[in-house]
Amino acid sequence: MRRGVHVAAPLVPAALALGVSFGVLARASHWSAAAAVVMSATTFAGSAQVATVSVLGGGGGVAAAVVAALLLNARYAPIGITVAESFRGPFLRRLTEAQMVIDESWALSGGGTASFDKGVLLGAGAALWVAWTGGTALGAVLGGVIGDPSSFGLDGAFAALFLALLASQLRSRRAVVAACGGALIAAVLTPVAPPGIPILAASLAALAGWRRS
Amino acid sequence: MSAAWASVLAVGAGTVVLKGVGPVAVGGRRVPPRLLSILAMLAPALLAALVVVEGFAARRSLVFDARVAGLAAGGLAVALRAPIWLVVLAGALATALVRLLS
Repeated sequence: MRRGVHVAAPLVPAALALGVSFGVLARASHWSAAAAVVMSATTFAGSAQVATVSVLGGGGGVAAAVVAALLLNARYAPIGITVAESFRGPFLRRLTEAQMVIDESWALSGGGTASFDKGVLLGAGAALWVAWTGGTALGAVLGGVIGDPSSFGLDGAFAALFLALLASQLRSRRAVVAACGGALIAAVLTPVAPPGIPILAASLAALAGWRRS
Repeated sequence: MSAAWASVLAVGAGTVVLKGVGPVAVGGRRVPPRLLSILAMLAPALLAALVVVEGFAARRSLVFDARVAGLAAGGLAVALRAPIWLVVLAGALATALVRLLS
């Protein structure tokens, strides 16, 4: 586990900064600081959390926000399955340890390869969890002081943040196709469907992952 | 309960289940690779949709306003491999600046 903390160290400032951003954005969207921090501690997944704030802020309603966020996190089911064999012991222990699985800890620990190291996964995940949740608390405090969000370009900040998160996902041609499809579906549906629906419908573009085998 | 809290609790519980399903339930069994590759494409598809909605949607129409500047500044920062907080800051500042000038 200690090795996991070491290999994750270069990512800790990034997780902290993204946590601060989430805390500020949530507070600026009129969330309580406690709601922002509880979300970071339990959900522990940046894009899903920012999407929840964004969909609610855009008038999409709780159901649309929750479904969009959970679809974004659906990748954790297959990611968890690739490392499932290494998890032993009682139910609660496996469930708790599984929460340390995020994109970064999975990649750092060699997830999906023969050299997967669960200790590294747990150490990296724990280090990033502390940075992420602590950063959110810091941002939530700062965000309460900043004031009216529209005057400092909050909406533009959301768009830029999603763009950055998207860029980190474009690692294959298939992902680029899925992204173009998702953007197109959202653009076409925005004028005709209620808020929240265009984002949910964009999940159909994930069928770009359909592989002939 | 506020909409924010309801969403926080539902997304939190759902994510705990999604992360736990492999380590708790699946064990060593195999999952169809086709299903895995579709699930892996959900994140890029949804994030691209969020860029469109957050960057261009105003309720039920698509508009070009100050957010385009934020998106452009953010895109430039991404292209220059800037850290994520700098991308967010660039997006906020560019949007606020254009809004101030127009």
